[in-house]
Amino acid sequence: MRKVSRLSRFNIAALALGLAFLYLPILILVIYSFNASRLVTVWGGWSLRWYHEFFNDRAMIEAAWMSLRVAVSSATIATLLGTLAAVALSRGERFRGRTLFSGMLYAPLVMPEVITGLSLLLLFVALNAERGFWTVTIAHTTLTMCFVAVVVQSRLGSLDRSLEEAAMDLGCNPVRAFVAVTLPLIAPAIVAGWMLAFTLSLDDLVIASFTTGPGSATLPIRIYSEVRLGVKPEINAICTLVIALIAVVIVIASLASKLSSSQGESAAPL
Amino acid sequence: MAEELPGTNVAAEAAGRDAFPAAGQPLLRIEGVAKTFGTFRAVDGVSLDIKAGEFFALLGPSGCGKTTLLRMLAGFEAPDEGRILLGGKDIAQALPHERPINMMFQNYALFPHLSVRDNIAFGLKRAGMPRAEIATRVAEMVALVKLEGLEKRKPDQLSGGQRQRVALARALARRPQLLLLDEPLAALDKKLRESTQGELMELQRRLGMTFIVVTHDQEEAMTMASRIGVMKAGKLAQVASPRELYEAPRSRWIAEFVGDINLFDGESKLRDGHRLVIGTRDAGALVVAEPREPVGAGRLAVAIRPEKVKLSRRGPVSEAGREAAINRLDGVIADICYLGGTTTYKVKLDTGGTVQASVVNSARIDVDVYSLNQHVVAWFTPDDCVVLPS
Repeated sequence: MRKVSRLSRFNIAALALGLAFLYLPILILVIYSFNASRLVTVWGGWSLRWYHEFFNDRAMIEAAWMSLRVAVSSATIATLLGTLAAVALSRGERFRGRTLFSGMLYAPLVMPEVITGLSLLLLFVALNAERGFWTVTIAHTTLTMCFVAVVVQSRLGSLDRSLEEAAMDLGCNPVRAFVAVTLPLIAPAIVAGWMLAFTLSLDDLVIASFTTGPGSATLPIRIYSEVRLGVKPEINAICTLVIALIAVVIVIASLASKLSSSQGESAAPL
Repeated sequence: MAEELPGTNVAAEAAGRDAFPAAGQPLLRIEGVAKTFGTFRAVDGVSLDIKAGEFFALLGPSGCGKTTLLRMLAGFEAPDEGRILLGGKDIAQALPHERPINMMFQNYALFPHLSVRDNIAFGLKRAGMPRAEIATRVAEMVALVKLEGLEKRKPDQLSGGQRQRVALARALARRPQLLLLDEPLAALDKKLRESTQGELMELQRRLGMTFIVVTHDQEEAMTMASRIGVMKAGKLAQVASPRELYEAPRSRWIAEFVGDINLFDGESKLRDGHRLVIGTRDAGALVVAEPREPVGAGRLAVAIRPEKVKLSRRGPVSEAGREAAINRLDGVIADICYLGGTTTYKVKLDTGGTVQASVVNSARIDVDVYSLNQHVVAWFTPDDCVVLPS
């Protein structure tokens, strides 16, 4: 018993250190976003001044609005496409080159963003597309649909196939069986996939800066260009807001996937 | 609800009640059905007739093709060859939802997001049944499988036995012409399995429905079914009543697969009236009744069930060569297996082989028990032997 408790004390220390390493910088950023002082590194007391400043900064607000619109629309399209891809891969008949196809679907997950961004830029230039909201949305869809596909496919994989067969046996055609039985059961995974796509799009700087055009900067691009001119405390306030938004979304996503997996256990009790 | 219902289901259900085949005609006729997966021939030319109201069991070891055959009846697999006629109509290529057949799945496949009531009502809604009628039918089914009070529970709030009942009620709710049951009791523990067997039989009799059950458990098949089809490597090895299967197996493989049996290999020596004398390697010359279907010369096997082998200290008087000849084998007790109701003795024969004898423990304080290494005589009549081609 002694040995176990000593080990767990070591574990607690390791965990604390790891968490501190991850979250201390963010914590400092959050604290400094409430700093009254104009200088970023000097503490001047608590204040909401920089939040106020941000909400009056038209360019910043516009960039934030742009980012939100891109995130919502690209996440929605990516969820649709990613879910369809996952269904095709796990439910379709075994076709030739299926492994290759599923490998190709996952490749963008590990592809350096610079390459994804550059190739999309070349494509848009070749197509002579006007760069702006839609090009960034398409680019983000490309990136995030793979994540959605992975999340949905793993859920589909753990789902008992005989559930769909039972639905067909009880009078559903294959499409109706999917809608009546499979869809409700994978819904949490689809929601989690959407949330993931949303946060990925909101975060992205590299791909967006390749594929956006003049006058339609996303929030990360805007922040990055401001920071190059020197860090204003206003940036801390914006970042804190973004962190809060993402944290909320992540919590919802993980709750959704937890719900999804607990249903999975009851779906396949044997 | 009504606009989303495919008309075929209503038609199928209506047809299910009206289109019963004329008496004498089989309800289901399987003709030369075969299914190949890659290079593996899972079902290899099976032909079988099932009469309406029958409780039929498909029995076989795992991988013998019984589940594939069942899935072809349900419509989840399409046969590569052959026809499946239900009430005279070929349904081999029909999709599952177009057949008046329902299936109870091995793992029950209950919809985890729906309550017991909605699980049972699922198929009825698809069939376009009016709301009030659905409520009546669900209540009827719930009462039938004794699940009153649990209608609002979700499947994960039920015990294994209760889930099995929900699955049964759901499959029965549409009143199919034919109910398929895939290992219906495999997930239940022994006691529950035995009581559920009885309930299934009683239900089948009361509803007058046709059941086809797939099982690897021979006791289950013997208890419930009126006829059993034994499958081996994609083929039907024998279709017979449980009694015939046990007492008159058609091949050595079936004799060994169904129940325990003693087998002695040998060759036919001479014929004496209705008796054959077979010279065996391990048990000497055995007198057996002449089989109904003549067995060819050459290698044969004499099969005798353990409970038909009697043990005694001295053995009966035997007059070799007469009609009343009795086979008596001398040996010593080599192993004793006490099973409660019966005791199985393994007797090492002086001629070299071993024979198993199963003795009923008919008295609580048994004076007639044998001990290890005791000398005994194992004996049995010629009529209790089965002669099988080896």
